[in-house]
Amino acid sequence: MTQAELKELILKTLVSVAPNVDLDEIEADENFRDQFDFDSMDFLNFVTALGKALGREVPPRDTPKLASLEGCLAYFSN
Amino acid sequence: MSDFLMPSLGADMEAGVLMEWLVKPGDRVERGQIVAVVETQKGAIEIEIFEDGQIQSLEIVPGTEVPVGTVLARLSASDAPVLRSEAVAESAPTLPEAPASAVSDTVSIRAAELEVPAAALAQHSASAERLRISPLARQRARELGLSEAVLAQLTGTGPQGALCLRDIEKAAQTPPGVSPLAPHASPSARQKALELGVDLQKVQGSGPHGLTTAEDVERVVSQHALEKPVQNPMRAAIAAAMSRSKREIPHYYLAHSFDFEPALSWLEALNETLPMEERLVYAVLLVKAVALALKKFPEMNGFWQEGAFVPLEQIDIGLAISLRTGGLVAPALKQTDQKNLKTLMAEFRDLVNRSRGGQLRASEMRGGTITVTNLGEQGVESVFPVIYPPQVAMVGFGTVLERPWVIEGQILPRRVIQVSLAGDHRVSDGHRGAMFLARIEKLLHKPEKLL
Repeated sequence: MTQAELKELILKTLVSVAPNVDLDEIEADENFRDQFDFDSMDFLNFVTALGKALGREVPPRDTPKLASLEGCLAYFSN
Repeated sequence: MSDFLMPSLGADMEAGVLMEWLVKPGDRVERGQIVAVVETQKGAIEIEIFEDGQIQSLEIVPGTEVPVGTVLARLSASDAPVLRSEAVAESAPTLPEAPASAVSDTVSIRAAELEVPAAALAQHSASAERLRISPLARQRARELGLSEAVLAQLTGTGPQGALCLRDIEKAAQTPPGVSPLAPHASPSARQKALELGVDLQKVQGSGPHGLTTAEDVERVVSQHALEKPVQNPMRAAIAAAMSRSKREIPHYYLAHSFDFEPALSWLEALNETLPMEERLVYAVLLVKAVALALKKFPEMNGFWQEGAFVPLEQIDIGLAISLRTGGLVAPALKQTDQKNLKTLMAEFRDLVNRSRGGQLRASEMRGGTITVTNLGEQGVESVFPVIYPPQVAMVGFGTVLERPWVIEGQILPRRVIQVSLAGDHRVSDGHRGAMFLARIEKLLHKPEKLL
């Protein structure tokens, strides 16, 4: 999976969890909570959906690394 | 005669829009019969009447929003003679088709034309207010042929606004163009204006010679209804419920911060062992702790109904869920105390997703037997909830913050949370409220028992 494909998947997952987020305004290094008013339920839904789509189990201690677009890209590129 | 009022169709209803009349003046009605359709925030609802009788008059035109308790129609006992106000209005003579000279001849002619609605007025005012008029003034009015309807529109200058002789003379002398009986309106328009509380001075007439007709009066009323700013229904529902809460419920507030580290550490360890889709958020722990604590504090779980508290056996925790589009809903987790954390988490997730997707069922919208609000991660420490009527308590949780905490003489960094309570002082007191919050803390210190 290329960086571009990964980014596409992350954005798609964000929209599936929170249909009214505005992706045009997304800032890669800003966390989802501050940008999109994500609460813990939204974030958990996002991590679960993204992990599933990529076939990766994300341990709880790693989930804070997925709090922004940049964080997600870095985490899943490894 | 009795009045048929705009009913309250729910605790949070303050007003409704009369959409349609299913009866007309003169119709006989039976107790339980559907007589009108009213639009509320919950949709269009058919309204039944609660006694037998005959419709005397309809007081509100369709399309009008009126507060709960407003008279919608007047009802007479089944055997009483019925005033057919609409029939009267239709058959009443419409003003001057006759040559102008016949009409120009002052007040008495107008008064005569008003005789028919005057009968209606007499019926109306008999129950409302008797006309204040001095005996001398009444005698003079009779001589001049002024009817009750005409007199009712005059402004009295006597004691307590009573009509006295000078008022009658003045009315009789004023030229027709500027008569206090003006504006130029048909009898049916006057009747309509009286029924709807419309000031005829403000109605633009469209009939011959600028005559104001009943249709003109109705148009003004419906235009007024249309021009009213429309509030978002969600905002309106919140406004109604919260206004009622603050108006009726004597709230008392308590807040207590405590060490949340034991519960969070336990939960994090548990989540390590669970697959992603089964992991729990700490809000589920909070909700379960409140549910179990309620078992010892039944005065926090129930409804205030008809001036008394009704405790409820079943514990359904309402969850205040904010919507990204603005506003909030408070659907219930049914029988919260009976369910394990795994089930609660699945139902919690489902409720949040469906609330935000706008797919809650009507039965879920009714809310719980108490409500919990959790501010989550927005960085605010304290919340002072507003009770959701007819509930009698609401529990709030602030954001989890890391704070220096003293444990056995040592200062340690701990994650701390504040729990707060808004209680209904008609039902419980601060002392019991404090014990309730202490109970919640105690349960969260032994999280494994919440499983």
